[in-house]
Amino acid sequence: MGNGVIIELQNISKRYDDEVILDNINLSIKDKEFMTFLGPSGCGKTTTLRIIAGFLEADNGQVIFEGKDINNLPPHKRQVNTIFQRYALFPHLNVYDNIAFGLRVKKMKEKDISKKVKEMLELVNLRGFQKRNIASLSGGQQQRVAIARALAVEPRVLLLDEPLGALDLKLRKDMQVELKSIQKRMGITFIYVTHDQQEALSMSDTVVVMNDGKIQQIGSPIDIYNEPKNAFVADFIGESNILDGVMLDDFKAKFSGAVFQCLDKGFAVNESVDIVVRPEDVDVVPYGEGTISGVITSNTFKGVHFEMIVDIDNFKWMIQTTDYYPVGTKIGIVIEPDAIHVMKKSEYSGMFGDYSSFSDEIEHLSDVTEEEE
Amino acid sequence: MKKSSLMKKLTAAPYLVWAAIFIIVPLIFVLIYSVTDADGSFTLQYISDIGKYKDVMLNSIWLGFIATVISLVIAYPLAYIMARTTANVQRTMMILVMLPMWMNLLIRTYSMMILMQDTGIINSVLTYFNLPNLHMINTQGAVVLGMVYNYIPYMILPLYSIMSKMDMNLIEAAGDLGANKIVTFKDIILPLTLPGIASGFTMVFVPSVSTFYISKKLGGNTFSLIGDVIEMQFKSANNYNLGAALSLVLMVLIIICMMVMNRFTGDDDDGGVLI
Repeated sequence: MGNGVIIELQNISKRYDDEVILDNINLSIKDKEFMTFLGPSGCGKTTTLRIIAGFLEADNGQVIFEGKDINNLPPHKRQVNTIFQRYALFPHLNVYDNIAFGLRVKKMKEKDISKKVKEMLELVNLRGFQKRNIASLSGGQQQRVAIARALAVEPRVLLLDEPLGALDLKLRKDMQVELKSIQKRMGITFIYVTHDQQEALSMSDTVVVMNDGKIQQIGSPIDIYNEPKNAFVADFIGESNILDGVMLDDFKAKFSGAVFQCLDKGFAVNESVDIVVRPEDVDVVPYGEGTISGVITSNTFKGVHFEMIVDIDNFKWMIQTTDYYPVGTKIGIVIEPDAIHVMKKSEYSGMFGDYSSFSDEIEHLSDVTEEEE
Repeated sequence: MKKSSLMKKLTAAPYLVWAAIFIIVPLIFVLIYSVTDADGSFTLQYISDIGKYKDVMLNSIWLGFIATVISLVIAYPLAYIMARTTANVQRTMMILVMLPMWMNLLIRTYSMMILMQDTGIINSVLTYFNLPNLHMINTQGAVVLGMVYNYIPYMILPLYSIMSKMDMNLIEAAGDLGANKIVTFKDIILPLTLPGIASGFTMVFVPSVSTFYISKKLGGNTFSLIGDVIEMQFKSANNYNLGAALSLVLMVLIIICMMVMNRFTGDDDDGGVLI
């Protein structure tokens, strides 16, 4: 038990039939922190959340809440509340009665309930919505009512299961900012589930990256982005060029047929490793002046920058620049030592980070199917 | 736009014609017969005669009501369990519910009679084990049992239909907010399934009140229900006018019962499903 830890998961495992959903999850969640479970659909993030809420029982392992084992505690006795993916507002009750539901269960006086509901509606910017019918609210408003309903009972921990998944992009961005500020004002722990890495990076204190029922990495958003532990994390969080490389010595990595200075050390001499270079960290120089060189095979305007696919030694890199180069141009590449991140080989090596089959369309399609999960 | 609305009218035509011939016209006949005498001249005599049948009518409504409540009590948990099991179990249970309906009502009722007779199968078994016999046939209980047995699928189906559409997250959300199972049932599940209860209630209550075959076979000659009286007027007494008057009054009484029921279950009937 560390200091300020509110929830601890110990050796949590879960399987459905023969499929392993969670494989030995260990995790400490600090009080008042904004923690995000991030991963693709089917990675086990929602299952973990439901085990914390008490809707699901783990096959093995313990859920510890403030030092007490709450494995056998039913959901209605846990100091934890959930915002459901589809809000789960009670359709036969109006906004007031929805928010008052948990308070009435607690046998609070109607006068105090009315005050609390008003306070909660102000918190989520829905002043005067008490009498409204649930069906007459927009998605964003329903979302706010769901948040007000959960926060009204003053939980210690709020669990949010992809709460913004059904909202459009603009509203989503606004709600991200708002959720973060609500969390700060209420001073409670948020555990947030999402498959949207942008959302995870911009809101969280701590990000837990999950895949295949295992925790891949736990860290601050900056750590996760700059120091990914393996190829899966590097690829899932932002864009990455992931190359086969060899650590010749401390601070000296060889990849793409050239030797680069880097900041990583502690590997065995000549250990083969995965090298991560973020597309925005690559400097483009005139042909012949770079450490390595390649040919631009495609170039897409993205607004803030151009996104080019560059063939270097038969490996397709993604490179982002603010200058325009036409397709077919030969260019030189320079990579600064701090732009190179070296990772140990893992089960995910060689599976990610090559843009040879890259197309915007494919990425877009996979986004859509994920949201429909 | 115009074409499609014409199309709509044309496609609706067969149903309208059907409804007119087999629903509206017979109802008009019932109405005419009930206020005329054998010669065809206007009279309210038959309507006023109905007072004599007050007890039979009230008894019919009472037994129909009891049968409906029993059906509801049995069907509600069953439908709930059905709605929450796996798809395979749901399918199997659905077939089991529907299976008796594939057989004719007369045959089903006849077999119940054979089961419950004083020398019937149940009593034979009891005798075999030296247990005291039960007198079941020709009692009101037997009639109610017959109603429940015959009409309970019509209670299960609308309940199952509305429960399987209910968002299970709502139940989790209620628990999440601190509600125990009883509160969750009272404040969430029950109000959300009321439309299903209302349509199930209608679909069991109406045929139960007006049944004649079940009461005849399982109730014997000890008492008769309003359905039996009406049947008798048409089939043996040849008093079409009194039969029509009785039918009309029964219809009105059932409509009143349903209106009371609907008021009780609230206004919005979305999700209220027939079959």
